[in-house]
Amino acid sequence: MQQQSNDQIHWKRTTNLMLAHLFIWFFFGYIVHMFVNFLNQFTVPILKFPLGFYMAAQGSLIVFVVMLFVFAWQQDRIDRQHGVAEDD
Amino acid sequence: MATQTAAERQTFVKSLGRLYGLYTGGFLAFIIALAIMEQAGVPNRVLGYFFVFFTLAVYGVIGVAMRTAQVSEYYVAGRVVPAFYNGMATGADWMSAASFVGMAGSLFLLGYDGLAWVLGWTGGFVLVSILVGPYLRKFGAYTVPDFMAFRYGGNFARFLAVVVLVCCSFTYVTAQIYGTGIIASRFLGMQFEIAVFAGLVGILLCAMLGGMKAVTWTQIAQYIVLIVAYLVPIVILSTKKYGIPVPEFTYGFAIEEITAREQQLVKDGLAVLCTKEACGPGTLRPHIQPFMNYTPLNYFGIIFCMMVGTASLPHILMRYFTTPSVREARVSVGWSLLFIFLLYFSAPAYAAFSKLEVYTNIIGRDITQLRPWLFTWGELGLIQVCGKNAVNLDAAIAACKAIAGHPGVLRFQDFVINTDVIVLSTPEIAGLPYVISGLVAAGGLAAALSTADGLLLAIANALSHDIYYKMLDPNAPTVRRLTVARVLLFFVAVASAALAATRPSDILAMVGWAFSLAMAGNFPALVLGIWWKRTTTTAAILGMAAGWGICLFYLVTTRYFPQAGVTYFGMSSLLNPETGKALINVTQVMADPKWLADVPASAANPMANRVGWFDLNNINCGLLGMPLGFLVMIVVSLMGKPPPKEMQDLVDEIRKPRGKTVLEEKA
Repeated sequence: MQQQSNDQIHWKRTTNLMLAHLFIWFFFGYIVHMFVNFLNQFTVPILKFPLGFYMAAQGSLIVFVVMLFVFAWQQDRIDRQHGVAEDD
Repeated sequence: MATQTAAERQTFVKSLGRLYGLYTGGFLAFIIALAIMEQAGVPNRVLGYFFVFFTLAVYGVIGVAMRTAQVSEYYVAGRVVPAFYNGMATGADWMSAASFVGMAGSLFLLGYDGLAWVLGWTGGFVLVSILVGPYLRKFGAYTVPDFMAFRYGGNFARFLAVVVLVCCSFTYVTAQIYGTGIIASRFLGMQFEIAVFAGLVGILLCAMLGGMKAVTWTQIAQYIVLIVAYLVPIVILSTKKYGIPVPEFTYGFAIEEITAREQQLVKDGLAVLCTKEACGPGTLRPHIQPFMNYTPLNYFGIIFCMMVGTASLPHILMRYFTTPSVREARVSVGWSLLFIFLLYFSAPAYAAFSKLEVYTNIIGRDITQLRPWLFTWGELGLIQVCGKNAVNLDAAIAACKAIAGHPGVLRFQDFVINTDVIVLSTPEIAGLPYVISGLVAAGGLAAALSTADGLLLAIANALSHDIYYKMLDPNAPTVRRLTVARVLLFFVAVASAALAATRPSDILAMVGWAFSLAMAGNFPALVLGIWWKRTTTTAAILGMAAGWGICLFYLVTTRYFPQAGVTYFGMSSLLNPETGKALINVTQVMADPKWLADVPASAANPMANRVGWFDLNNINCGLLGMPLGFLVMIVVSLMGKPPPKEMQDLVDEIRKPRGKTVLEEKA
């Protein structure tokens, strides 16, 4: 019974982590770009890119890459805390 | 299954680093040697052949050296590929001829709207990591249909998954082999059919003897070639132009200049601006202006379909079956995207630099001053000036003279460039020696071959493992299983090369379709299978069939039977994104007996690809299929009995990285 509830908490935390990352993904994949015309009024300092264009060409991509490493680290931490991580 | 101790693994990773470090050094030395040969007067044609045959030989040697007689090595590389290297292999697996050659061209043509492809082809890896990939690794499948069969009660689901897989992957692999033909024929002047055959040999050498094991280690080698080849020309160009060797930063200046130049061209009457009132072909669409080529619905639709498609394509998912652990599978997705990112965030720089060259040194110049690099491509029919192929200066001048009232200065609408030229011509525009052009060709070939390898394995493995071993002859001994796998691989490869040699007209568009089809067929079943224990067998089968069916129906109808779509299914013309007017007058076309009889529609039929529902481009058919798939699966699941306790326990097992894989292979 004890084991069961540990697994349940593990899965609940995993699900929450999934939803959080899904939201960030959706935000940088879609919502930011819906405001491209607004963002294009601003210019990225030094590089001279219009901000809306920059987000689609580089900004969101950088977020995705960083996100994936952060996710791998966070999920591993959750797994370890609940004793379901693989042996090193 | 091969298991390694931690110490063994460490030595293994170290030796990999040494080997691939050596390989990269050798490759750079090879380029330098060729550069010296060029200075010594060796003809270009010979240098080109050196590039192609030497790189092909290296891939072949790796492929043959990695031959295997073990089932788990053949199907999943023995599950020993470290995260970092699997990331590189996935990068090569992912980036096809379309990414290498076509992407920058689309960005040149579409400006901001082209970034939908950049976003769509990167963001999907987030979904791979958080929703699907690591769980499939824990499950321990050899193929994606393996998972479907196990989770959804047997061979019917397996068969359906194989159909979806073959349907998505076969056209895709044909496009890659076609790509090798195009690159080799344009660059090296090889005959198209011979180039296709050379590509076929390269693929077979890599994949046939060693399966996934050999493909993995060659894909890493191919990644190194393709990324060096993609970055070198543009880094040199950026250094020459702005003094900073980071093109990703400097192309912001180019975009600023492009915008200024666009306004100047319109002011000088050399270009007609696309406006809300009129936006026909040949009008100028400013580079950074969004939603002039795609409506917002289609722009975000492409992003969504490409992203979700990424997380549904079997040849990508199966790369994560090869890591030693679930943890490494997750980290490996991060590395994959980093390596892919290196190319994708450079592609817009190619587009911007080329556009600046065209807008400053070609358009607005006197026709007699056309730049000589143009004619190389004009001869191949890839650049047109004043409506005629620009084979040489005299031909271009004559073509423009023939246009009544032509000012003698090249106007925006006089210049048409094939999108493939953008990447391929950059070395010449930058005034670089031929050796760099040869390098780019080798890179394009590496991109096409590595993707073709991955796809072919996905198809052949599904046929040999799922159809032959699991469905037809479950008692087959190892030797026979591997023989069948190799024979099938050979025949699939030959079939797609034969199809590619006929130059099918729709082949490149079909690559985009593969994403939507994979998304509609696989995504709901994969995600619900892992995340919702309540999903039942009947529901999954119905959902897959319904989602995939509607997507395929929409594609085939809008492309090949638009008349039927209009007459029987209430489709109407798509709209021009800027003016909001219909692209074609459907009634008028339908009244023309010439087009009414054109079934299935030829590419020239004005309605082909231009009709649909809700103004939805057919490449986005996954937007119809995936929600339908989810809906059917959820509703039917709730109507039926929940899956048995044992199945639910097994789903729990998949969710925990610790412990044995669910599916254990008999040795």
